[in-house]
Amino acid sequence: MENKIEPATTIESTMDREIANQYKNIPGWGMDADPLNNPTYPIKHYNGADHERLNYQKPEQQPVTVEVLQSIERPGLSRVFGTSTPPQGLSGVIRRFAFRYSESTYAHWVPLVMADRIGVVEGIIDDLKHGIVPNIFAEKGWKAEWKYNRKGLIKNVATGVVVAAALALLLKNINKRSAKAF
Amino acid sequence: MVPFNIACGACPFCQQELFGNCHESNSEATAVGGIFGYSHTAGGYDGGQAEYVRVPYADVGPTIIPEGMDLDDAVMLTDVTPTGYQAAEMGGIQKGDTVVVFGAGPVGIMAARCAWFFGAGRVIIIDHLDYRLEFAKSYAYCEAYNFKDMEDPVVFLKRTTGWLGADVCIDAVGCEAAGNVVQSLVGRKLPLTGGSATALHWAINSVKKGGIVSIVGVYGPLDALVPIGNVVNKGITIRANQASVKRLMPKLIDHVMAGRLNPKGLISHRIPLEEVAEGYHIFSAKRDNCIKPVLIPPSASAA
Repeated sequence: MENKIEPATTIESTMDREIANQYKNIPGWGMDADPLNNPTYPIKHYNGADHERLNYQKPEQQPVTVEVLQSIERPGLSRVFGTSTPPQGLSGVIRRFAFRYSESTYAHWVPLVMADRIGVVEGIIDDLKHGIVPNIFAEKGWKAEWKYNRKGLIKNVATGVVVAAALALLLKNINKRSAKAF
Repeated sequence: MVPFNIACGACPFCQQELFGNCHESNSEATAVGGIFGYSHTAGGYDGGQAEYVRVPYADVGPTIIPEGMDLDDAVMLTDVTPTGYQAAEMGGIQKGDTVVVFGAGPVGIMAARCAWFFGAGRVIIIDHLDYRLEFAKSYAYCEAYNFKDMEDPVVFLKRTTGWLGADVCIDAVGCEAAGNVVQSLVGRKLPLTGGSATALHWAINSVKKGGIVSIVGVYGPLDALVPIGNVVNKGITIRANQASVKRLMPKLIDHVMAGRLNPKGLISHRIPLEEVAEGYHIFSAKRDNCIKPVLIPPSASAA
């Protein structure tokens, strides 16, 4: 996907403002407007800037040095962006797919949630490729669990071993049975 | 002091002090601003838990640490303190109001403490960890109750507020909420929704008709299970946002320097940056009576 750079000063607000200015002759227009009827106060200091839409002097554009995924709900790139995690690998393919859809769709978020999980596995494979055997125990911070919740940790590991053994036994039996069936 | 959110200062949102909702710091979503170390969705920036960090718009967001301010107070002013303060601020608390805070984590405890600045009459904090409730009681001068001791926290809160409901409820929990099996399953284990919305569910059902629910708990972008019909029929006002750190900074500096607010009092653990994995585990699994850990990079040890 080609990243589109937004112009530095103005982005036409299509006809939005022109349309909005056409209705002021409707009988009673604005009569009951009350500036105090604004539940965003004091979090937002309303000054009408919203009506300028994206027409403002933008800060300097960060050069695009990596692929940046961009929401289709904006006309171009934001002036700065993170470069820590450009899309790559299988998770990257899924992310690019997700960004064809708006943030208002499951087709956007569900693949992204999936890509996060695939990224975890990709990270482990990448470690192995670089000759690093990932120390999951250390990366999960379980040294702290050993220090502060030793009993719980032992119980969890023991449960895991028992469940894994039971599953292995079950699978072995199923395999045997299906082997007999043929 | 570098706020956790990245703000350009030029877009309509920054111009109106919504510094947590900047439009020029995140290409990947319009539904969230740019945040350090907060996933792809918040802009894909590296986090601040590092020796060095790239700070976009460094001439806009950061504030120079005032002379004489304890560095532990300074670090707490970049995230937890303004988030807790804004949670109370968004509650629109009127003098004498009964304010209920769900979640006795660092942000919830800070929200409970800050509710007094707005003249709360009663502040009640709800959690399921006794050590945190004990801490909250003395730090935030509030009442503290364990929802595991209750049959139904909503009925408990109705009864204790004279059967009217709380004037203001604050959700300081977000997507990791415990307390409801269905919410935990679809929001945390699977996850099919934007998070377990148990705290928000209780907040909506515990507040009085016409009351205000303030949300600072973090949820994912997917839908969550929320009793929206009750919001309509009770006439509830919901106010929510990521904290606007830069907007609140002058006021919070004043509270801290005048000795009215003690953010560093929340710090329970000081962990070397090299042991960050253990630090995360201690915090997320709530080990060793953890309230708030801070990470100390090697270069800061002399400070």
